[in-house]
Amino acid sequence: MTGTFLSRNPSVLIFIACLAAFTLAVTLMSEAAGSELISTSFVKTLGKTLCLCLVAIAMDLVWGFAGILSLGHFAFFGVGGYMIGMWLMYARTEAIVATSLANAEIPPTDQEIIDAIGTQIFGVVGSSDFPPIWSFADSLTLQLLMVVLVPGLLALVFGWLAFRSRVTGVYLSILTQAMTLALALYLFQNDSGLRGNNGLSGLQNIPGAEGIPQATISVWFFWASAVALGLGYVLSAWVVSGKFGSVIRGIRDDEARVRFLGYSVEGYKLFIFTLTAVIAAIAGALYYPQAGIINPAEIAPIASIYLAVWVAIGGRGRLYGAVIGAALVSLLSTWFTGGQVPSIPLGVYTIVWVDWWQVLLGISFVLVTLFAPRGIGGLFDYFSGNRAPNRHGRDLGPDAGSLREQEAEQ
Amino acid sequence: MTLRITTALVGALAFASSAMAADDTIKIGVLHSLSGTMAISETTLKDTMMLLIEEQNAKGGILGKQLEAVVVDPASDWPLFAEKARELLTVEEVDVMFGCWTSVSRKSVLPVIEELNGLLFYPVQYEGEESSKNVFYTGAAPNQQAIPATDYYLEELGVEKFALLGTDYVYPRTTNNILESYLKGKGIADEDIFVNYTPFGHSDWSKIVADVVALGADGKKVGVISTINGDANIGFYKELAAAGISADDIPVVAFSVGEEELSGLDTTNLVGHLAAWNYFQSAESEANDAFIEAWKAKMGEERVTNDPMEATFIGFNMWVNAVEQAGTTDVDSVRSAMWGQEYPNLTGGTAVMGTNHHLSKPVLIGEITDDGQFDIISQTAEVPGDAWTDFLPESAVLTSDWKDLDCGMYNTATSTCVQTLSNY
Amino acid sequence: MTRLLTLAFAALMLCVSLATAQDSPMQTLLQEHRALIEKSSRQTIEPAIVALRDSGLPQAQLVMEKWQAKELWQRKSDNLFFFAEKVDSKTWRLTGIDDGQAAGEFAKKELKQLKPNSGVRSMIGAALVQFQLMSDDPAKRIEALDAIQRDLAPEQLPALEGAIDGETDPQILDRKVRLVRLLTIPYGRTEDERVAAINSLSGDLGVDARAALNPLVATTRDAVAGAVPEGTNVAALLKPGSATFSNEEAYALLVARDLAPARVSAADRREALQQNIEGGKVGGVPVAQLDTDAARERAYLGLVAEGKAPATATEAEMSVALASHVFFDRFADPNPAITDAATDTLKSINLKVGVNQVLDLTLDAMSLASIYFLAAIGLAITFGVMGVINMAHGEFIMMGAYTGYVVQQIIPDYTISILVALPLAFAVTFAAGVAMERLVIRWLYNRPLETLLATFGISIALQQLAKNIFGTQARPLTSPGWLDGALVLNDVVSISYIRIAIFVLALIFLGVFLFIMKRTRLGLEVRAVTQNPRMASSMGINPDRINMLTFGLGSGIAGIAGVAIGLYAKVTSELGSDYIVQSFMTVVVGGVGNIWGTLLGATMIGFLQKGIEWFNPSNTLAAQTYMIIFIIIFIQFRPRGIIALKGRAAGD
Repeated sequence: MTGTFLSRNPSVLIFIACLAAFTLAVTLMSEAAGSELISTSFVKTLGKTLCLCLVAIAMDLVWGFAGILSLGHFAFFGVGGYMIGMWLMYARTEAIVATSLANAEIPPTDQEIIDAIGTQIFGVVGSSDFPPIWSFADSLTLQLLMVVLVPGLLALVFGWLAFRSRVTGVYLSILTQAMTLALALYLFQNDSGLRGNNGLSGLQNIPGAEGIPQATISVWFFWASAVALGLGYVLSAWVVSGKFGSVIRGIRDDEARVRFLGYSVEGYKLFIFTLTAVIAAIAGALYYPQAGIINPAEIAPIASIYLAVWVAIGGRGRLYGAVIGAALVSLLSTWFTGGQVPSIPLGVYTIVWVDWWQVLLGISFVLVTLFAPRGIGGLFDYFSGNRAPNRHGRDLGPDAGSLREQEAEQ
Repeated sequence: MTLRITTALVGALAFASSAMAADDTIKIGVLHSLSGTMAISETTLKDTMMLLIEEQNAKGGILGKQLEAVVVDPASDWPLFAEKARELLTVEEVDVMFGCWTSVSRKSVLPVIEELNGLLFYPVQYEGEESSKNVFYTGAAPNQQAIPATDYYLEELGVEKFALLGTDYVYPRTTNNILESYLKGKGIADEDIFVNYTPFGHSDWSKIVADVVALGADGKKVGVISTINGDANIGFYKELAAAGISADDIPVVAFSVGEEELSGLDTTNLVGHLAAWNYFQSAESEANDAFIEAWKAKMGEERVTNDPMEATFIGFNMWVNAVEQAGTTDVDSVRSAMWGQEYPNLTGGTAVMGTNHHLSKPVLIGEITDDGQFDIISQTAEVPGDAWTDFLPESAVLTSDWKDLDCGMYNTATSTCVQTLSNY
Repeated sequence: MTRLLTLAFAALMLCVSLATAQDSPMQTLLQEHRALIEKSSRQTIEPAIVALRDSGLPQAQLVMEKWQAKELWQRKSDNLFFFAEKVDSKTWRLTGIDDGQAAGEFAKKELKQLKPNSGVRSMIGAALVQFQLMSDDPAKRIEALDAIQRDLAPEQLPALEGAIDGETDPQILDRKVRLVRLLTIPYGRTEDERVAAINSLSGDLGVDARAALNPLVATTRDAVAGAVPEGTNVAALLKPGSATFSNEEAYALLVARDLAPARVSAADRREALQQNIEGGKVGGVPVAQLDTDAARERAYLGLVAEGKAPATATEAEMSVALASHVFFDRFADPNPAITDAATDTLKSINLKVGVNQVLDLTLDAMSLASIYFLAAIGLAITFGVMGVINMAHGEFIMMGAYTGYVVQQIIPDYTISILVALPLAFAVTFAAGVAMERLVIRWLYNRPLETLLATFGISIALQQLAKNIFGTQARPLTSPGWLDGALVLNDVVSISYIRIAIFVLALIFLGVFLFIMKRTRLGLEVRAVTQNPRMASSMGINPDRINMLTFGLGSGIAGIAGVAIGLYAKVTSELGSDYIVQSFMTVVVGGVGNIWGTLLGATMIGFLQKGIEWFNPSNTLAAQTYMIIFIIIFIQFRPRGIIALKGRAAGD
């Protein structure tokens, strides 16, 4: 079976090989390995980029393969980050408080320790009590479980409600966007118990690893991200390769036909929606300890739209396309906003890229959707000579899928 | 082949010379958002830094070296602040950073600069409850803005009932907490304090303004303390003007509204409402006139100056003097030289940097005039900034002294240092 | 030259002599109180104001008025006071306060402006009342009334009563009569007079009426041993242990009144333990064991036994103390007749206030609904009718607002500029819409999800362009003078004119939309093309042209909405993105393809948001969150919105 899986998906082997080579190269060039070629901040950027690639794969699964344009997957990503962030903050603060109170003349009671942790964590937002959602924050195992469970359950409930009432197409997109907005607004509130607009910060300091320099920690997380991305890629490739994959592609191309063939469309959609939400959450849980801070602005609807754009630019319906899109756009974005790109003097006006990068990005979305609906991934088809059969009419792109012009307009 | 070697050589030479050039300059990182929601406020500070660096270079730089600004754009994205700060410190190897506006961006940067022993000057009024070894806070702490303004309300205007309106984030939350506790200490009852939080960019203010008016129903004088941030103020003041609320009946004192924010408004209906800052453009001093003139010459006649700009100005000049005193840009030496550093305020008087890394500055209260400026009606003597407020029980026992105690969070009750790194 | 010097010298001499001579009594008076006037604090200024008021000098009123208006200046060289008038930004012309003679021009640096703060100004205003109340100028009389109202004081009552006769202006007379009533309530001479004044306010909606009544019935909580003392105007007797008054509260009240010993709090106990550590033990308990509450309790009891710490009150002692005291709320006014009348009057007022608050909330909700509707109506055309997801819709709104701003820069008259800006905003966004449709959207009609992405790209590009062109600062878009202020029905119900204008504009656009869709050829063709493009084109309709025009129309309306929204809120590059998600939800909730649906959707969202805000007034953010959650759930049950299209029109 593995043989057939790999032979049907040659891209998996190539991808894993590329990823491994890349990981090795970055590790060797990092400060942790004694080399100065790649700075720690860039290792972190690369590690975060790998996480973004993973969430892009999830997005590609749900959109490129199952045809559900979810504008809410970054919300799951963020929730994953929040879940791990709660433990990181709690454990770190606990260590600080314990050392500090140990110097006191009278040994502290358990309640006093918890109160002191509360003051430390919530003092910033003018409170000191632990809200109930922090009940499990003292246990890494439980909180890791929550990384998977909370976004998974959220996706399950939301998906069940939405698919059950057969909300499809753009309506579903708008609904997922509304969900994202509601979640972001909820987290923005101080009363939500997750420190409101400030979010959870200082996440790069791993409890129990105080003595280890960030250069090393960044490489660890880079490895973890690479492993997660590799596993996520294989899992996704496996999911879409078999019969299951054919069914979800069928749903994308014509939901009604698949339903009439006797498949439980809702079940398939729900599964893929929840699975991708969990993948997104895991990516988030790896991303935010590298970013150092998570707050509600991360979950804002625009982030999820960007996610869709990465996948579109990379090329939908092929997993490596999503990876390429996410990596390319996010790295370019870092480069352009970093202020290191030379300005272009035009005589009367100088193009400063910090100001014009967004314009360039916006225009390139338009151009990609108009002229290269297959995205960058389409280039691979072009070079491998993997052309679509020459049927009549224009190709309508992945949305209208298998339909040709004549069919679609009927 | 020869050609190739030559190119390589030229390249190497060019590289070497650029590295040499870099050695001859002192690098200053500017970490302000140039895009995104905070660009509206922070771009001004980036321009201020460019102006100050230009002027300093014209004077011959520092220690015989020219200053070089490294501007990055964290794009109002808080994690990006941490990333850019790390980049500035490790890749660009800047000697000092000026930046951040929101508290959350500062909290994002804190772990990075504390880890890498960087130096940050933070020029905005903030909620206090923090003192980092690696940060100098040149904006106002609550006791330099909120508390004096509240005293002014209590003593000069006889306000008996308070509406604390704020945007829902850390600064308003903490400030309002401090004020609530302070007001209760002054004998104001719980039910005479009305608190409301609105989202960023809120525009629908009619109900909240109506609620505030209704507060006057029990015959007590109502005053509004506003920590509303950014462009939400525009809608708020428009609604206030439309409701015909005069400053004589229900005064509004704002902590986040300065000349810059008023430039987006027609202020004829807002005359008499108040703001509390450590600086107003209308302050009369020769240094201020010169600063405004230089600013307008660079940026255009219609541009205004504001408090965070003055804070940047003081911070920058103190740093310049500290570097010259220390004879090096090494962070530890500069830090020691910063303690007790003095520099004239633009409002007259002298700012002094305390060992808790906060400035002593006068508190000014101004009334909005019809040309979008402030008429200064009250100016105190210099007030030393207090990192840990005395009006919240948990932080009343804390103090910060980096010189003698070497601790930013020292518990005076138990005489122990709670932690040397900041809590973020 | 010599002459000039002599003149200057003479002028100086004149000033000095003015100050010292007896013919400048006002200057002398002011100099006497110079320290207080310079300090200018409400706490200390009173003697100076009283002296001025009671000086009997003819200039007293003028000096006080000028002082209040910040027109009184001080010359730094000799500290004399003058009236000053601006010549240019650096020079001011001084006038003597006693003789009104010009005293020369001085550089601003040599002078100091007196800036009384608003507290001092209102005190000056109160002192001015006696001069202004009988003034011939109605504006001055109104000023005097304002000053009285701001700070009701007993001494104003007779003065005001005396000023009622001879008042010619009916409006001012009304106000005077009302003010006399408000003053009578607290300061009336007889009980009957006061009760009558109180009763006359029955059903009055004014905040000032409630402000006069409420202090009378304000209560303070008190406790005494035994029975309630005679002559106390008791509002209510309280029973400890009830739902509104717990035992803890009652005991805390006793402690506060020094009627019972305080209980030792956990912090105090810790403090006491800490101070009594002896040889690693406290009260017989080893320090290392003190990490539980029980151990600390034991240690503390040990300390009490040793007499080193005060005993804490036990539960039994607490209940004894509670039982032996009475607890009650006491009215501020000792006279029961007055408080009864005030309570009754307030009851009638509060009922009416409640009704009016609901009305006000309804107005607010309608206003919010009209803003949402206005923002969404363009989308109702492009998304609702054509099915095009235009994420750049918000940016069209923003373009409209910036058009308004640019027009105001060119045409300074606000009324004309708005009249120009509205059609111009339509033209600009219409053109932008048509360009976008031609260049991008028409290639994507079969790929709705990709339209979303392409238009999102346009959206971020436009937003950044706006930033590059107009900067990141908010730009002023000022409404014309006749839209300033609010329509005030009473002190509870009011709505600003600008909101009414937006409401009217929304109604107009509803009419325009209906007219175009139902009554014009364009509307007919639009409906035909959206229902079946092939059939329409075989009927001779050019679908390309219709699509282009429809899209342009939708975008154009967004532009006009932008001007309106800019007038009421702000003009920034992020203006559009604030409205885009809400606009889409409005259309989806209402039901796609039906303008009435959009109207209903906007109304529902507006009312819902205001309703939630009303329940939770301290957190506006929560209102928005719950509203969106409600919408999500709503869509589960009505996936096609409030008004769902049926049959063929429903399309897929």
